[in-house]
Amino acid sequence: MILVGTATWAAAPVDTYSFRDAQEESRYRALIDEFRCPKCLNTNLSGSDAPIAMDLRRKVYRLLTDDHLSDDEIRTYLQERYGDFVLYDPPFKPATWALWLAPVGFVFISGFVLLRVLRQSPAEPLSESETERLRVILDDN
Amino acid sequence: MKRTGLFIPLGVFLLIIVIGYAGFSLTDPHQLPSALLGKAFPEFTVPLLGDSDTHVDRSALLGKPVLVNVWATWCPTCKAEHDELMRIKALSELRIVGVNYKDDERLALKWLADYGDPYDFTMQDLDGSLGVELGVYGAPESFLLNAEGTVIYKRVGEINRRIWEQEIAPRFAVLVASEPVQPGG
Repeated sequence: MILVGTATWAAAPVDTYSFRDAQEESRYRALIDEFRCPKCLNTNLSGSDAPIAMDLRRKVYRLLTDDHLSDDEIRTYLQERYGDFVLYDPPFKPATWALWLAPVGFVFISGFVLLRVLRQSPAEPLSESETERLRVILDDN
Repeated sequence: MKRTGLFIPLGVFLLIIVIGYAGFSLTDPHQLPSALLGKAFPEFTVPLLGDSDTHVDRSALLGKPVLVNVWATWCPTCKAEHDELMRIKALSELRIVGVNYKDDERLALKWLADYGDPYDFTMQDLDGSLGVELGVYGAPESFLLNAEGTVIYKRVGEINRRIWEQEIAPRFAVLVASEPVQPGG
């Protein structure tokens, strides 16, 4: 119990918003978990106590409860102002081709390497004189 | 025996190094590209700093190129930038408009009285809502707008002499050159 309580506290900076119903609140939670804090690079809005993250949480709350925007409309709203950056899910466009295609490339490269390794002919068995030499060398040590 | 295959892992490794180096050095992750570039400066209505009864909106920025500068007294970099803004004010025709961002009005007015006021007027953004509309995520940030209110250029971080001379002044010169001649002006 203590662990659970601590985890919740650590992950939720102190905003006291009230919601119409549980569904609205869960949409809010999901959205602020989804968006990236523009100032802190590797934190989402819900996990950051940076002032800008606080402002954006308030904005998301208002868009949701006052303006009744859909989740997608809220995504578009933030993307139009803060760019693709706030979406952890970068869109597929020329600037991000390398990002999206690199994993595919790596799969091809590893497949190629794997094929080569598997196709290699097994080593020839040692001849009798070689076996004898090997035995002598091993015995020496 | 063929040994070329042995070099494949090395090649892949070098590829990763090159991509990683490019990825980390070519772009500063703290400089987000502005989503506003090339788009119209958003609509807004905010009170003036020091005169909360008077409100200004987007139309106050139109007609001539303008540099919109987001600043605050709590921002140390803004202090460093302020001297350069004063210098630009003295030497250039470029209008500068301030956005006092999430600040204390009393401190902000004292700042302008103490260090000089390079702004035609300063808009007050107490809770940062105008900042959100502009995609501001820190101060200082500056936007260069053409006479129609389209964002031509955005600077995140301070404007210093180098930024002025290399980034802003040339763009302003282009804007002035392409502007239709004003009657009487």
